[in-house]
Amino acid sequence: MKVRIRLNGNWREDDVEPRMLLVHYLREVAGLTGTHIGCETSLCGACTVLLNGDAAKSCTIFAVQADGAEITTIEGLGTDGNLHPLQQGFWEEHGLHCGFCTPGMILAAHQLLGRNPHPAREEIRHALEGNLCRCTGYQHIVKAIEWAVEHSGDRQAHQAAAAQAATTEPALKR
Amino acid sequence: MATKLLGERIKRKEDPRLIQGRGHYVDDIKLGGMLHMAFARSPYGHARITSIHTEAARNAPGVVAVLASGDLKGKLGQVPCAAGMKGLKVPHHPCLAEERVRYVGEPVVAVVATDRYLATDAAAQVEIEYEMLPAVTSMDKAIESGSTLVHESFGDNIAFRDQLEGGDWKTVESDSSVRVIKQRLINQRLGPVAMETRGVVASYSPGEDTLTVWSSTQVPHILKTQLSLMTGIDEPRCRVIAPEVGGAFGSKLNVYAEEGVACFASKLLGSPVKWIEGRRENLAGTIHGRDQINDLEVYYKPDGKVVGLKCRILADMGAYFQLLTPAIPTSTPLMILGCYDIPCVSVETIGVFTNKMATDAYRGAGRPEATYIIERAMNMVAHELKMDPVDVRTRNFPAAGKDVALATGVTYDTADYQKTLKKVLKISRYPQLRKEQQRLRKKGKLLGIGLSTYVEICAMGPSSRMPAGGWESGTVRVEPTGRVTVLSGASPHGQGEQTSFAQIVAQELGIPFDDVTVFHGDTAQVPMGIGTFGSRTTAVGGTAIYVAAQRIRKKMARIAAHKLEVKPGDVVFDEGTIQLKGGSKSVTFKKVAEEAYLAKHLPPGVEPGLSETYVFEPPNFTYPFGAHVAVTEVDEKTGEIRLRNYFAVDDCGRILNPMLVDGQVQGGIAQGAGQALVEDLIYDENAQLLTGSLMDYAIPKADLLPWLETANTETRTPVNPLGVKGVGEAGTIGSTPAIVNAVADALGVRHIDMPLKPERVWNILKQSARPGGEAA
Repeated sequence: MKVRIRLNGNWREDDVEPRMLLVHYLREVAGLTGTHIGCETSLCGACTVLLNGDAAKSCTIFAVQADGAEITTIEGLGTDGNLHPLQQGFWEEHGLHCGFCTPGMILAAHQLLGRNPHPAREEIRHALEGNLCRCTGYQHIVKAIEWAVEHSGDRQAHQAAAAQAATTEPALKR
Repeated sequence: MATKLLGERIKRKEDPRLIQGRGHYVDDIKLGGMLHMAFARSPYGHARITSIHTEAARNAPGVVAVLASGDLKGKLGQVPCAAGMKGLKVPHHPCLAEERVRYVGEPVVAVVATDRYLATDAAAQVEIEYEMLPAVTSMDKAIESGSTLVHESFGDNIAFRDQLEGGDWKTVESDSSVRVIKQRLINQRLGPVAMETRGVVASYSPGEDTLTVWSSTQVPHILKTQLSLMTGIDEPRCRVIAPEVGGAFGSKLNVYAEEGVACFASKLLGSPVKWIEGRRENLAGTIHGRDQINDLEVYYKPDGKVVGLKCRILADMGAYFQLLTPAIPTSTPLMILGCYDIPCVSVETIGVFTNKMATDAYRGAGRPEATYIIERAMNMVAHELKMDPVDVRTRNFPAAGKDVALATGVTYDTADYQKTLKKVLKISRYPQLRKEQQRLRKKGKLLGIGLSTYVEICAMGPSSRMPAGGWESGTVRVEPTGRVTVLSGASPHGQGEQTSFAQIVAQELGIPFDDVTVFHGDTAQVPMGIGTFGSRTTAVGGTAIYVAAQRIRKKMARIAAHKLEVKPGDVVFDEGTIQLKGGSKSVTFKKVAEEAYLAKHLPPGVEPGLSETYVFEPPNFTYPFGAHVAVTEVDEKTGEIRLRNYFAVDDCGRILNPMLVDGQVQGGIAQGAGQALVEDLIYDENAQLLTGSLMDYAIPKADLLPWLETANTETRTPVNPLGVKGVGEAGTIGSTPAIVNAVADALGVRHIDMPLKPERVWNILKQSARPGGEAA
């Protein structure tokens, strides 16, 4: 089946099996391996991506269900020299050890800050309940998100820059 | 020296690639013509295989090969076990089950196909007929005569017996004031649950006769040797690469059947073969941790002095041995006296076979069990004597300055238990907590305060005491451009040594931190190594690098001095230059590096190049210690527990990067809290696994833990020149008993078993509410 997906700002069209999971589409078809698979049952959150702006667990969504959708993976968030404040926060505050849960954790946090720009610590912990980390004990992840909140001005600047970049991208990439 | 890096909070070199999703874990490796492997596994805990029909699977779309034990016979060796001890019964452990299966999840048939979906489809079409056999799950039953046998040829289910005795028990027995507490403690079975499951890519090149393996492992060099032995491929032609590894906690300190089968299949088919473990496979077929039953007797005097400890340890081996299975519980008796001066000890350890997955190293590996035993013992004495647990502990600490040789035969390196205890009592405001507890009790509210003062054994370790070598290698190579390559035989997977090792080298050579790049995990790049486990990476692997850097410095000093026409002893390294003390003459670090390779003006007798490898053999283990305080609230209606506060003071020797140390402590506390509160890997009486997914096996989530207040003291060890002890497991070891002690304190009971599920707590509350009822 044909799917048309706007992936990290670029439209692409691919032929996929109906049963292909979105996470496998991202990793195997689109070659974006930053989205990880930790349980295949939507319990661990390692596969979290943004689907039309909402955090979604890509291991329990078929690629065909994302037809026409806009998806942001960790690769689409920010890169060297232009890191998203959440990425920077995870770096500054030691929000990761092995890094396997990190992309999903960052995108779950992205949704939280979109809905609640100044969350309390308990609200941050609550928002991360669907994302498991076995290394950090979570406290430094909470601090990383707080760092991003404190630097939200940078984030707005970043988003403005990203929006501008997106409009100048070629609309459809085949 | 101006460049001060050691002891500084420095951000990690590892992070930029990981926060952008650009690191490569095993599943991110793609090779041309790569095939995918899936397994048909035993659904039973114990059964005879009566027939295997593979026709349907063979004919399924995309299938290239279907392999059963007969296909491997004589061509692929068994799963290795490195542990050896007197009288140990070592079961035959084929990579694919032969006539019998002995635990749920045991691999029986491997299917290789062109695509991972097709491999999984075909594995489901393998028809295996089983005749179910009675299984044995309970260790108590397994050691009874006439029990169902896991391995019939052994005659019983006892893998080994080990006895540790120390002290003069006659003085204890003849002292009429000595009292005794008898208590069974259960250290339940746990799943390591690294967020990245296991995975392997094996790529055999028939022309070159070389095997390259990417595996999610903690021990690439050990794995290389073992895979060579298993497959018969000459070791110089084998290469193992540990790419990014997504957590391990001991579970990847191993050699697994699937790794062997992937190599075998790649050689057979001449194509790369990938296997990625599913989470259900991970819970069933990756090693488990803990699983001990401890029948404890604590001998103590009315003033709180503990004079002897007896314990019978039943240690569940599971059905087969993995790399270190029987060695793990032998750490428990060694550390059972904790940080206390207890004159007599008697411990019997019995390794028991059951129809379960093998146990092996899981964060702490035998020592959390010991700490749980002794720290519960201290609190049980306090409970019986109605003493403050602080007072019982201080009464039993060794006198300051006393050489800490114990009845167990162990001698600790350096310690100051009073210091960490005093500090944690201060930061937790312990006296105020006790007052608050009294106030709340009057209102019927249950607040518990739990303490643990632990010591652990780490920096594994002297080779004489390790099953497969305890040294570690470090290479420092200054390249012709003046940039520095560091190679470590350790294999960190999240701990951050690409950062801390660069700190060591940059400081030693007086060069910028950014000029140093650390690599590990590739056996073709790193000449030799053991790996990362047992809180050894910095203490053993870091020391190897430190000494190699010192040797580089010495050689560069000679070359620079020759150039400057001064004595080598008169030059200093600072900010990228090598200069005469006082600074009147200098040459850049980069220039000296270039000189070493151009080799036109080297001093006589100096070899060209700048590469030094040092292999550090530690003279002893190290013994980090600390003191933790947990504060818990118990809901008297539902039995639910809330961990309200947590305070930890840890002493891991010298701290190279406080941020990394805190990260390890925090993560460790979370895992220890997981055991205390929620984690429980359960098999039923038929040896069926009941907790086979993350729906049923709980690990801590972000809201389980309170804000952890952590602090350190720094008592350097003389065991290595860096003075580093190790910190990877300390948090886990200290936190479990602190939390259980807090809940027992809240409930006013002598003991409660883990995990502290509301149901268990509620039952105790109900019991003690009954008139005259006394729980536990």
